[in-house]
Amino acid sequence: MNPTSKITAFSEKAEKEIREILTRYPDKRSALLPVLNLAQAEFGHISEDVMVIVANRLDLTPPKVYEVLTFYTLLNEKPVGKYLIQLCRTLSCALAGSENILGHFQQKLGIGIGKTTADGLFTLRTVECLASCGTAPAVQINGAFYENLTREKVDRILDDLKRGAEPVPKAMGEN
Amino acid sequence: MKYELVLHKNLKTPGYTGSLTDYERLGGYQAIRKVFKEFTPAQLTDLVKRSNLRGRGGAGFPTGMKWDFLPKDPAITRYLCCNADESEPGTFKDRELIERDPHQMIEGMILAAYAIGAKVGYIYIRGEFVYGARVLERALAEAYHAGYLGKNIFGGRTGIDLYLHIGAGAYICGEETALLESIEGKRGLPRTKPPFPATHGLYGKPTVINNVETLSNLPHIVNRGAEWFASIGSPPKSPGTRIFSVSGHVNRPGNYEVPMGITLRALIDEHAGGVRGNKKIKAIIPGGASAAFLTEGSLDVKLDFEAIAQVGSMLGSGGVTVMDEDTCMVWAALNLMEFFAHETCGKCSPCREGSSWLVQIMRRIEHGHGKMEDLDQLVRICGGIAGKTICAFGDAEVAPILSTLKHWRSEYEYHIKGKKCMVGNRGVKLVAIGGH
Repeated sequence: MNPTSKITAFSEKAEKEIREILTRYPDKRSALLPVLNLAQAEFGHISEDVMVIVANRLDLTPPKVYEVLTFYTLLNEKPVGKYLIQLCRTLSCALAGSENILGHFQQKLGIGIGKTTADGLFTLRTVECLASCGTAPAVQINGAFYENLTREKVDRILDDLKRGAEPVPKAMGEN
Repeated sequence: MKYELVLHKNLKTPGYTGSLTDYERLGGYQAIRKVFKEFTPAQLTDLVKRSNLRGRGGAGFPTGMKWDFLPKDPAITRYLCCNADESEPGTFKDRELIERDPHQMIEGMILAAYAIGAKVGYIYIRGEFVYGARVLERALAEAYHAGYLGKNIFGGRTGIDLYLHIGAGAYICGEETALLESIEGKRGLPRTKPPFPATHGLYGKPTVINNVETLSNLPHIVNRGAEWFASIGSPPKSPGTRIFSVSGHVNRPGNYEVPMGITLRALIDEHAGGVRGNKKIKAIIPGGASAAFLTEGSLDVKLDFEAIAQVGSMLGSGGVTVMDEDTCMVWAALNLMEFFAHETCGKCSPCREGSSWLVQIMRRIEHGHGKMEDLDQLVRICGGIAGKTICAFGDAEVAPILSTLKHWRSEYEYHIKGKKCMVGNRGVKLVAIGGH
C-alpha cells in the first residue's frame, strides 16, 4: 500500500453505525465481527491500518483483532478484485458438475484458484458449502448467489459484470 | 399420501411475500397474543415439553427440556440465540425459512424468549446469507414497529430485543458454544462442556440456542396445542414435520416438508422426483455431511431420529444427498474430507492434525498412488479422532470415510490396485501427489 494513503479513521457514516452496533451488546468486544464486516465494506479489505483503527475503536489490542480476522474466511487481509467469485466445491455442487464450472471460470478469466485478474476485476476462489445444494452448482459473487450454473450462464454473468452490472442478492433460486 | 404443511404453509401460499401484513393475514402473531393471555413462562415451557418437539439443527435434543435446564432464579440475566448459521453440507432449509417467512421464526423467538425469561436474543446468521440478513433486518424493523418487539411488550410484562449478528464464514460457528464465542467477538472455538450453555452460555449467563426450524415450529404448537403436535409425524419420539433438503442426483432437488416417519424412498421418489436418468441409487447421506453414508438397502428406513440411528447414521440436519450408481465413493468421501479439513477450528489436536492426514491419504488413493495398508491406516486415524475432541466435529469428520469404507471397501481396493475409479467415466487422471 502507498504510505501516503494510510487509513486513520472510519467515515462519519460508518462511525454512526458503529455507535448503533455497540448498543446491541453488553460487551464492546462483541462488536468486533460486525465492525470488521463494516470495515471491509468501507475499505475493501482489512489492512494493518484498518486493524489498528478497529482495535482502538473497540479497546482491543491489535492481536485480538488479528486472531479473529484470520479465523473467518469472508474477511480479507489482502485486497481482492472488484468482484469476488466464490464457487462452491462441496459435495452437492460437485455432484452437479462444479468441477466443470470451475474449469470454465478459470479458462474464461485466465487465472487459477485464489488469483486475481490483471485488471483487478475478478478474484476467483473455491469455498465450502453455501447452502445452495438444491440449486447447484452455485457461486456467490459479492454477496449475491448465482445458482443452477451452466457454462452459458457463467458467460452471461461475467459479461454482465464486465459491463458494470452490480450483483444483486436475491432469494434462493431467483438468480 | 396426504398431509398438511405446517412450516411451509405460508410460503407455499401463492403471492405470499413474507411481509408482516401477509404473515398476520394468514394468522401470524396470534400465538404470542394467546400466550400473553393464557400462559406463564413455566406453562409455555411445559407445553413445549409435552409436544415432544426436538431440535431441528442436528442433535435432536428435546427443546422444552433444553429450556428447563436454565436456572429458575428470574434475577439472573439469560439470553436466547437463534442458530441461523446453516452450513452443514447438503442443507438449505433454514435459508428458505429465513428468506420466505422470517416472521414465523421471529414469532418463535419471541415465544422462546418469553418462556426462558430472556430480554435479549441474537440471531446468528452466516455471513453468506446476505439476502436473508436483509430480509430479517426488514422483518425485525416491522416487528418493532408493530409492537411485537421492544422494551415493553406483553402488556408491559416483559421486554424483548432481538438483534441480528452476522457471521463471517466459519462452519464451526454452527456448533453452539463456538457460536457463543463468535458473538463474544472471538474465534469460533467450541468450549469444553460442562458447563453447558444452560448455566454458562453467552457472557457466562444461562443461554438457550435453538435452530431456525425449531423456533419456527413454536407458533404452531402454541396455536394448535401440544397434543396436536405430539400426534403428527412419527410419535412418540419424533413428532412433527421435518423439512428435508434433497440434493444430488435427483430430478427435483429442493426443500420438502414431510411428516417425520415417511421412508427415505418416498422422500426421494415421490417428492424429489426420483433419480436422474433412471439410474440406480448407490448412496444416500440422510442428515448432512456429518451423517454416515447409507446404501440403497436402507431406502425403506423411516425418516425419524431412532430409525435412522438404528441403521447406523443420523437424521442430523435433514440434508439428504443422493448419489447415483456412477458416483465414485472414494471421490465423494474425499470431497467431504476436504470440507472437514478446511473447516476444523484447530483447537483439538486429533481433529486438527487428523483431518489433514486423512485428506493426504484419501488424495493418494483417489489419484492412484494408494497402498493397501492405507485402508487400515485410515481406520486407525479415524479411531484416534472420534470421541477424542471437545465437540461433535471430530465424530462427524470420520463419518464419510468410515461409512464408505464399510459399504464400498471394494471401490477403495479397486482404486489402489487399478489406479482408477471403479465406476462412471471419471477415468481418474494420475497426478503427482499433492496435486489437486
